[in-house]
Amino acid sequence: MSTVGESFVTAAGLVVAADPRLLDIVCLSLTVSLSAVFIASCLGLPIGAAIAVGRFPGRRTLTVVLNGLMGLPPVVVGLLVYLLLSRAGPLGALGLLFTPSAMVIAQVVLITPIIAALSRQIVADAWRDYEEQLRSLGASTPRAACTLLIDTRFSLSTAVLAGLGRAVAEVGAVMIVGGNIEGVTRVMTTSIALETSKGDLPLALALGFILIAIVLILNALAHAVREWAVRRHG
Amino acid sequence: MDMIRRSLISAVAAAAVAFASPVSFAAERFITVSSTTSTENSGLFKHLLPVFEAKTGIQVRVVALGTGQALDMARRGDADVVFVHDKKAEEKFIAEGYGVSRQDVMYNDFVLIGPKADPAKVVGGKDITAALTAIRAAQAPFVSRGDKSGTHAAELRLWKAAGVEGDAPTGDWYRSTGSGMGAALNTASSMNAYIMADRGTWLSFKNRGDLTVVVEGDNRLFNQYGVILVNPEKHAHVKKADGQAFIDWVVSAEGQQAIAGYKIGGEQLFFPNAAK
Repeated sequence: MSTVGESFVTAAGLVVAADPRLLDIVCLSLTVSLSAVFIASCLGLPIGAAIAVGRFPGRRTLTVVLNGLMGLPPVVVGLLVYLLLSRAGPLGALGLLFTPSAMVIAQVVLITPIIAALSRQIVADAWRDYEEQLRSLGASTPRAACTLLIDTRFSLSTAVLAGLGRAVAEVGAVMIVGGNIEGVTRVMTTSIALETSKGDLPLALALGFILIAIVLILNALAHAVREWAVRRHG
Repeated sequence: MDMIRRSLISAVAAAAVAFASPVSFAAERFITVSSTTSTENSGLFKHLLPVFEAKTGIQVRVVALGTGQALDMARRGDADVVFVHDKKAEEKFIAEGYGVSRQDVMYNDFVLIGPKADPAKVVGGKDITAALTAIRAAQAPFVSRGDKSGTHAAELRLWKAAGVEGDAPTGDWYRSTGSGMGAALNTASSMNAYIMADRGTWLSFKNRGDLTVVVEGDNRLFNQYGVILVNPEKHAHVKKADGQAFIDWVVSAEGQQAIAGYKIGGEQLFFPNAAK
């Protein structure tokens, strides 16, 4: 049987057996990445809206920098966070290295620019359409930013999902700051890297299929919620 | 508007709950061991650690890197115990004051892996430097770890013994991959190249393709593993007592027996040799 076919069978077997270790790994992957997405959204959405609506010097430069940061290499982010959290680093005393918290921090650094840059674009487009109207109603700039964030919430959910996709799929950063410790910081992507290095390519690919399935399910859920919300609130 | 505010509030509340109750960030009793990809990839720790954890209640968290990187991690204070295999680098680590003392734990050996077609005609040899010389003369593809790991250091020493000047051989045929043992084996497997590997990782490696052991049994292929407690005087947070408990256990009769008991396909991977 081909490796791909073999992997499908292995993946199905793992899912049907509900392998407890696999469940732990999947849960950790989701906990870490959803936490990171939540924090990054709290930071990124207001930042994006502020840059879209605000009038301040250096705004164009900031937009270019923000767009550029969407391409941050995960390994570099991992290394920076590692040096920060290492015992010899400035935040070493917190003892966060090789914990899920360290992985959340790295992913927040990685995806906040993505969420901020995409939401800036979405809010800026809406701002162009509604600026006059909002101004005539006497809305202050922060007030306008808030209104637009709420108004474009369905489009913004795509920005958040882009962040989630990046978070749950990256391996470079979490490998460095998490250390891929079994039962503590081992997530889907680092498991895949480990099985690949053991030469167990079918198992690695099987885990990959499961990861892709999880991401698809998350996106389907988000889509369903959005549809439901659009129908309900228009 | 009210509807939206309410749904926003509930979404934030749900997310806050999700973040506040993640897996287990709780402090447990554990030590961090920086070790090598060879011990992790070969499955030894999976066999060994549950025995120790059941006995002492101390969880052992292993971060697997190349020996050079593992020692660097300990220098930064990010590990309590180092479990690696490059005696020279380990002695340097202790001389610098980062480690308390070093103890032998076990050994295995390196093997020269190569394609069954054997373009350099080295199969069955017992002399590793002669084999390397032949590979170099034939310019047959050779994959090097190139990552300052213990295996990489051993490989470079053998090239030196084979008369190579400078740090490493040069030429298109010599590919330095800068990757772990398993990743380098995957590369060698797809290139049909020669490669030096530790026997443990090789035995547990599944993507062999056309590769096989071509040279083994030379005394110079001996691979000694050592264990070191990171110096609490350099890093005050080092878990001295629990780290020492782990070291004492792996060199004890029970720990040594557990190491000897680890087999793949009936073949023993590591041979305990701690000083009595």
